[in-house]
Amino acid sequence: MNWTLALPEIVLALSGLAILLAGVMQKRGQAFFSCAMMTLLAFVVTGVLVVISPDGTGYSHVFINDGFARFMKVLSLTGAALSLVLSVGYAREMEIDKFEFPVLILFSTLGAMIMASSGNLMTLFVGLELSSLSIYILCAFARDRVGAAEAGLKYFVLGSLASGILLYGISLAYGFAGTLEYAGLQQAVRGSAVLPAGLMVGIVFVLVGLCFKLSMVPFHMWTPDVYQGAPTSVTAYMAGAPKIAAFAVLLRVMAGPFGSMTPQWQLLIEVVSALSMVFGSLAAIPQGNIKRLMAYSSIGHMGYAMIGMAAGTAEGTRGTLVYLVTYLFMNVGAFAGIVAMRRNGRAVTRISDLAGLGRTDPGMALAMAIFMFSMAGAPPLAGFFGKLMVFYAAINAHLYALAAIGIVSSVIGAYYYIRIVKVMFFDTAVPALDRSPVSVSFVSVGMGLVTVFFVVGLGPVATAAQAAASALFR
Amino acid sequence: MNSAIEGIGLAPYLSVGAILLVLGVFGIFLNRKNVIIILMSIELILLSANINFVAFSAATGDLSGQVMTLFVLTIAAAESAIGLAIVTVYFRNRGSIEVDDITMMKG
Repeated sequence: MNWTLALPEIVLALSGLAILLAGVMQKRGQAFFSCAMMTLLAFVVTGVLVVISPDGTGYSHVFINDGFARFMKVLSLTGAALSLVLSVGYAREMEIDKFEFPVLILFSTLGAMIMASSGNLMTLFVGLELSSLSIYILCAFARDRVGAAEAGLKYFVLGSLASGILLYGISLAYGFAGTLEYAGLQQAVRGSAVLPAGLMVGIVFVLVGLCFKLSMVPFHMWTPDVYQGAPTSVTAYMAGAPKIAAFAVLLRVMAGPFGSMTPQWQLLIEVVSALSMVFGSLAAIPQGNIKRLMAYSSIGHMGYAMIGMAAGTAEGTRGTLVYLVTYLFMNVGAFAGIVAMRRNGRAVTRISDLAGLGRTDPGMALAMAIFMFSMAGAPPLAGFFGKLMVFYAAINAHLYALAAIGIVSSVIGAYYYIRIVKVMFFDTAVPALDRSPVSVSFVSVGMGLVTVFFVVGLGPVATAAQAAASALFR
Repeated sequence: MNSAIEGIGLAPYLSVGAILLVLGVFGIFLNRKNVIIILMSIELILLSANINFVAFSAATGDLSGQVMTLFVLTIAAAESAIGLAIVTVYFRNRGSIEVDDITMMKG
């Protein structure tokens, strides 16, 4: 047996335990910064190990490592590392600079990586729970704030319900196939001419559970409240790595074990995707709080990313993967801007607080404008290419209606993104925001550059996504 | 191979599982009183899946379902520990755990 297959996960888990130990041994005040730095280092080391890790299936088929898993893991690690950098300055100001914070992000990312590599419904569930349980705690981490406690409670209740439904679905699929392994499930599904109702129910339950984690409509109701109540850097994390992991699982399960019954689940995915896009763009319009607006925006983005999955082809999967890459970068960048929104030492989150930012802080306003235009899908920026690739895949798969709904809702969505740009540059100035910490400016500038010059890296990203997608559809 | 399953059949076990699932889901959505009841309902949902796993495992003679049950039990324990911790934090801030009070954010 090839135990080095899971070396990145093993290293990450052991460093998590080591950092926990190091945090306990240090003095209360200083532990946060050193633990955060050690966690960043662990992410970098793990990322390198992921890139050089071999292909294969190990540990009696519970663990798969292939191009797809590597792509998703690198993406999750990048998202986690960037949001951890955002947290460094933010946590101190929010007085949540406890050393457990980076460790929880680490374990959540570990869960995300395990999900991306799952070769068995058991690994899927354990990874999903490791990732979710850490996020429940992170949501309620600012424990003296009512908002954070309420966000944690809401996310916990609804998240556990979704996990329970997912688990019940897994149990039904297991009962039908007699095995939890993806390969065995695939054989059982292929071998049967008529699918039993129990298995269909099981698949729908699994889909519902995962759609909940992705905050797809109609399972989105927790998203705005949790995004608003949780500490901003946690929100930035939640919108990145866990969603990527949930997409990884969804793509793997739907292309692999249930790939031969694509016609049965395709309509379901199409409906969910269309509803998310339309709802995400309509419900964001009346929002006055920028974190709630980002919640609806992420609901919409998940809908666009799902178009590629609805296509059910390798090309569609490639589109979804490229979309997730662009989403990750512009999302972290936009959250860097939101983390920087502080006035007189207190965090502000209303859109009107950004008024006149174009004059008081032109650099940050420019960065925010870039992210907003990119999310709206304006041509030279990153968001455009992601949308282009999923729409292209949808057209090639003859999903004309879905592509049309996507284009219409992205036009509607452009309204509220551009409204923020208008508030920043044309409204009467309110008192200036505080100077942002260096780490936040670093992320903001870095992501801004990535978003603007994404076209340069589009080739390599698309090639990597193509390789990842073809690993899935082999 | 398993006399209990052979004698009674799979259906009663699955029915119990399904009833527990429905009870759990309704416990979350219909309950307007107390968050602790929600925690109990979540536990019910996880255990209903466990009953399914054990029943299927006995019926098919495949052990992985029973292994899964052990994992689920562990996860359920961790989940209720975290849930109770979050409820405690919430109670300290609000002085109440009535479900109807959890409405600070809306929209």
